[in-house]
Amino acid sequence: MAIVALPKRGFIDSLPGGPAVTQGLAWARRYPLLPGFVLLVVLVIPAIFANQIAPHDHRIGDLDLVKRPPAWIGDKIAEQTVVQKQDRRVARQGEITLSSATRRMKRGTATFLEGGGDGTVDVGDKLRVVIRQGGTWTYPLGTDKQGRDILSRIIHGSRVSLTVSVLAIALGGGLGVILGLLAAYKGGITDTLIMRLVDIKLAFPSILLALVLVAAWKPGLLTVIIVISVLLWARYARVVRGEAMAIMNRDFIDRAQVAGASNFRIMARHIFPNLMNTAVVLATLEVGHVIILESTLSFLGAGIPRPTPAWGVMVADGRELIVAAWWIFFFPCVAIVLSMNLLGDWLRDKLDPKLRNV
Amino acid sequence: MAIAQGEVILEVNDLRTYFYTRTSVVKAVDGISFNLRQGETLGIVGESGCGKTMTALSLLQLVPKPAGRIVGGEILLHGEDLVQKSEAEMRQVRGQKISMILQDPQTSLNPVFNIGNQLMESLALTHKEGRKNLLQRAVDSLRQVNVAAPERRLEDFPHQMSGGMKQRVVGAIAMSLEPDIIIADEPTTALDVIVQDRILRQIKEIQTDLNMSMIYITHDIAVVAEVTDRIGVMYAGKLVELGSTADVFERPIHPYTKALLSVFPSIRGEKRPLTTLGGEPPNLVDPPTGCRFHPRCPYATAICQQEEPPIVVRDGHWAACWNPVG
Repeated sequence: MAIVALPKRGFIDSLPGGPAVTQGLAWARRYPLLPGFVLLVVLVIPAIFANQIAPHDHRIGDLDLVKRPPAWIGDKIAEQTVVQKQDRRVARQGEITLSSATRRMKRGTATFLEGGGDGTVDVGDKLRVVIRQGGTWTYPLGTDKQGRDILSRIIHGSRVSLTVSVLAIALGGGLGVILGLLAAYKGGITDTLIMRLVDIKLAFPSILLALVLVAAWKPGLLTVIIVISVLLWARYARVVRGEAMAIMNRDFIDRAQVAGASNFRIMARHIFPNLMNTAVVLATLEVGHVIILESTLSFLGAGIPRPTPAWGVMVADGRELIVAAWWIFFFPCVAIVLSMNLLGDWLRDKLDPKLRNV
Repeated sequence: MAIAQGEVILEVNDLRTYFYTRTSVVKAVDGISFNLRQGETLGIVGESGCGKTMTALSLLQLVPKPAGRIVGGEILLHGEDLVQKSEAEMRQVRGQKISMILQDPQTSLNPVFNIGNQLMESLALTHKEGRKNLLQRAVDSLRQVNVAAPERRLEDFPHQMSGGMKQRVVGAIAMSLEPDIIIADEPTTALDVIVQDRILRQIKEIQTDLNMSMIYITHDIAVVAEVTDRIGVMYAGKLVELGSTADVFERPIHPYTKALLSVFPSIRGEKRPLTTLGGEPPNLVDPPTGCRFHPRCPYATAICQQEEPPIVVRDGHWAACWNPVG
């Protein structure tokens, strides 16, 4: 699924206001690298300059402003009648208990509609109650249950996602490339051993393997990176082995042997540079996958430990408040999906359709 | 062409290279003996799959492993047996003592490096010099094979060059280390006839200049006539005839050689229908008994099927045959 999935020409022109849209789409067609640019602006730059860009400290919350909704959402207001709280009877819709009404009145989030001539709240008075205060532009995407700015946390969270994906892919990819190259070059028993190891790895469900590994070690950034690279290497090894075998059939490898080059030299200087293309394409394809994996692990509590604002952790924290404060849960989800979509799918479509089903 | 009178630098005795598959043994090279003198060019001709290339790779100890193995015989280069050498020692031999030009120039150069880089890589193996000197050597070696404006060509990548140009570069790389022996494995097969001729001449010129020996492997017997001093004819992993080029061409002893010669039209001689040789090369897993050529040989008799043919020496060259022709 491409982010630039453009409808056919002509269709849009038939809609009201169509020509302007067509113009915009023509522009999108002309600049196919635009999504990459957007990606850079929304993901990479904030990750690098998180401290400068994030409007608030992502660790310290404002306890007066917990669970504030995003800025564009206003106060939620209701008319409620004050009732006496009885045993085991909770206030129904449109009702408010006396004690709660008194407290709100003190705080100023309730005003009288009817009654209250004496200045105190009595049973039977009608009140205009601000059930939930609206957002402020101080916290554009709202705050979580500890009053921490969600936008700042997402910006800092992108650091985690990018660090993990870059390092895990470098580590796992590097390992996979080396093993694949060795398997192809040495052949025989080395090849068999490495490829059976790949099969074993691929036979395990990723998440299960990851959970087991994390459980065995101490959770943390380094562990997550190592675990994810353990999940990634097999695919590289398999693809690289095939590619390396094709390259080895070419005469320049024989020529290098004829010229007296050592095995290491042939692998490093003659085969490896020819594999770079494949490795880089595969690496870009994996970015989205790794972001999802990291978020999943963090969500399951096996990833980045709190209080580091990993997106997966934020989703997990927001999950319990999904009805009362959906934004805590929603925006990190958007960040995950968007970044995976931008990075993973877009690059995959752009770079190499052949590798899609490897 | 006169037979070179230099000293013998390479002596191959009863070389056997077999391939072991799960179920069978392929005798790709089965008891080959020949020698090579300083400055001499030896042609090896034969059909596809007769063991020509495997002979060459055996000389360099580059038989595809693990299936292939040299199981017998010796290869004496300046009196030292290459078969006994370790991999590390062989690396010193390859490129510097024996070098090889491969068949297909399209794939003989690494597509991701420019040719200057590739030339200097092999030069750097022997010449421990600064980059500047290596660069100069690279330019010189390109000039040697008549590449125009070699300084500018160093920056080019293989895909920017024509096939002939690439083969010249490959030749330049192979010869830049000034090996004693250069093995040319069908270096012109992938090129058109005009370019073929030019490249052959250049290779030949440099070889003469540097007094190198050459083993020229081809299935094109016409090419062999032009460049070689002696030729050896291979059939099914065995050398069946060996002698000076003129002798073999004019007075072939072995029926196979005769058949090979008769499939090429002669420009000057009388016009005659081209004869073809029926059948196909034998399966080397289970080669025919006796003389391996007997199933296809028009002169075959009962004994050919039963016993290995004897060596017949005549007109200054030899062949292995029961019923020599001519």
